[in-house]
Amino acid sequence: MTNQQNKEINEFLDKNYEFGFTTEIDSETLPPGINEDVIRIISSKKNEPEFLLNWRLKAFAYWKTLKSPDWSQLNIDPIDYQSISYFSQPKQSNAPKSLDEVDPKLLETYEKLGIPLHERAQLAGVAVDAVFDSVSIVTTFKEKLAEAGVIFCSFSEAVQDHPELIKKYLGKVVPYRDNFFAALNAAVFSDGTFVYIPKGVRCPMELSTYFRINEAKTGQFERTLIIADEDSYVSYLEGCTAPMRDENQLHAAVVELITLNNAEIKYSTVQNWYPGDEQGNGGIYNFVTKRGDCRGNNSKISWTQIETGSAITWKYPSCILRGDYSKGEFHSIALTNNLQQADTGTKMVHLGKNTKSKIISKGISAKKSQNTYRGLVSMAKGASDSRNYTQCDSLLIGNKAGAHTFPSINVKNSTSVLEHEATTSKISDDQLFYCQQRGIDEEDAIGLIVSGFCKEVLKELPMEFAVEARALLQVNLEGAIG
Amino acid sequence: MSTDNKIILQINDLSVSTDGSQILNGLNLTVRKGETHAIMGPNGSGKSTLAKTVAGHPDYLITSGKIKFLNKDLSLMSVNERSNLGLFLGFQYPIEIPGLSNTAFLKAAINAQRKFFDLSDIPAKEFLIELKSKADQLNLDQSFLSRGVNEGFSGGEKKRNEIMQMLMLKPKLSILDETDSGLDIDSMKIVAQGVNSSRSKESSTIIITHYERLLNYLVPDYVHVFSDGKIIKTGDLELANELEKKGYEWLTQEK
Repeated sequence: MTNQQNKEINEFLDKNYEFGFTTEIDSETLPPGINEDVIRIISSKKNEPEFLLNWRLKAFAYWKTLKSPDWSQLNIDPIDYQSISYFSQPKQSNAPKSLDEVDPKLLETYEKLGIPLHERAQLAGVAVDAVFDSVSIVTTFKEKLAEAGVIFCSFSEAVQDHPELIKKYLGKVVPYRDNFFAALNAAVFSDGTFVYIPKGVRCPMELSTYFRINEAKTGQFERTLIIADEDSYVSYLEGCTAPMRDENQLHAAVVELITLNNAEIKYSTVQNWYPGDEQGNGGIYNFVTKRGDCRGNNSKISWTQIETGSAITWKYPSCILRGDYSKGEFHSIALTNNLQQADTGTKMVHLGKNTKSKIISKGISAKKSQNTYRGLVSMAKGASDSRNYTQCDSLLIGNKAGAHTFPSINVKNSTSVLEHEATTSKISDDQLFYCQQRGIDEEDAIGLIVSGFCKEVLKELPMEFAVEARALLQVNLEGAIG
Repeated sequence: MSTDNKIILQINDLSVSTDGSQILNGLNLTVRKGETHAIMGPNGSGKSTLAKTVAGHPDYLITSGKIKFLNKDLSLMSVNERSNLGLFLGFQYPIEIPGLSNTAFLKAAINAQRKFFDLSDIPAKEFLIELKSKADQLNLDQSFLSRGVNEGFSGGEKKRNEIMQMLMLKPKLSILDETDSGLDIDSMKIVAQGVNSSRSKESSTIIITHYERLLNYLVPDYVHVFSDGKIIKTGDLELANELEKKGYEWLTQEK
């Protein structure tokens, strides 16, 4: 087939998507707009049980009564919700046939990030075939999980295979009434991840490798639900260091975590969504609601996030420390460059006795970006002898970057102990010159200083990612000086 | 002019300005391999400016003249390239870099140099053994290795850290900018001993100082006196002794 013929075919296929809804019910894309019919179609395409459709409809009805929130420090262009298409299949026609067809700059970034060779093709959207051995990796993985009794599947599959679990736990940590984006997500969520760890099981592997290979493309409105039954443990890693583009600008996911007695969930996120060009155009909006409910006594949920992408990041992974002696942790690195904005932080809600929370937040802002930490630590009347330690540090690079901190403390008993430390520092020209005089080039110097600044958080990441995360920070700081 | 392979640093008619003011005025200096040169002179005479200019500090602008390091035109080299080739500046006021450990910092510096010469990274064990031995030599407590670069260091510790870094990097030319200022006698002896231990026929040192006492330990081949951005007299250790007795005015007035 000639190049010209290829081009013509592609153009024809493109046209098909443009006109949206074709006559057959299984075809690809719904036209833009949100209304009750759209929701019914989504639910029926997924063959969902009645309870789920009803939940979606109630959420939608509630969402319609709400106004988009405007209390953040963020500067957001208004979003036209009627111009978004709420259901689409992944596009096939324009996929590169091999790495040779992929933008060399993108490949260079994969190189800098140290992404394993066999994953680069997948990440670039090249159609994967068995040659890459990814099929056998996945198979071994699935076998091991099945042996342990761990359920790890897409949300849609879980609705089909384990509807009782979905019915029991969905929306119990983030109800659709929680906030504007949670309501929208509940109405139109496309897919996501479901994990259930049975009693006494320590999940035999980090649920990350699998994810990296297979979930390179994510949907706009993802829904994730992870349940760790009594005495169980799981470490889950979402996202990847590779820069991710998407035609969809808004990403409003919801993640719900539940731990029962003595259980632990370790949830790590590495996010490098397209941040927009140097003028701030076209970047992704990452508005996600993440919350963990430490229902069981002595249970633990920890959130670790490395946020380096997106035009706007707006999220507060939080913990409800319900069970006595339960623990919540939040470790975060939020990096903003150029015109990026981040308003992120956490809420630690202490309800049970002797509960503990730890917050380590590292904000790095360069160029003209704005980086805000917002934290709430609340201790209810019954949360006697509870403790919180908060450390929020800001690092500024250049003279135009902004860092803001809004810590909030709300204590309703007299035996709680809270500690709060905050620092603001700058990478000075003198520090850079010192490093350069010792032979270290400017970019590496910034990378080293930032890495040192972030090391307390970096050490919380699963090991394979800690190395990539350092490279990620450095790559995203390119051009930060001058 | 023939290329003299023994010349490490050749400065011809160098004029440098910073912040709108001309500091160096037609400076000439030749440093050969194996030599130790001392530079003395009143404050503002351009000693530190020379050090920073050779190192490539962006605030200093060469308005005329040339500097050649190992027969290469310095103006064509970036700051870190000059370092990789073997140039070391012992800072007058070493800066603190909290969060970046002394160990990680030095390792990155050594590996950057090795990479420049297409060598692989230094093996971790070899690096740590040498690092600990140099720390001992400079009387720096082992605990400092995990602390941030110069973080919370006393003035003396900072200066000793400069020399420790010098010993680890093994430069061809070290420029020590008032390394002895603020040091007590014991620290000064340790520093002097450290510098002496690294002397060789292949490397050279430029010591910028106000005080003769360090020079009694480091015995320079040449002592240059700066004034108004150029060298007004060159001698040896005896010159430094005279300055100690008579002060700079003896020379600057003579001009």
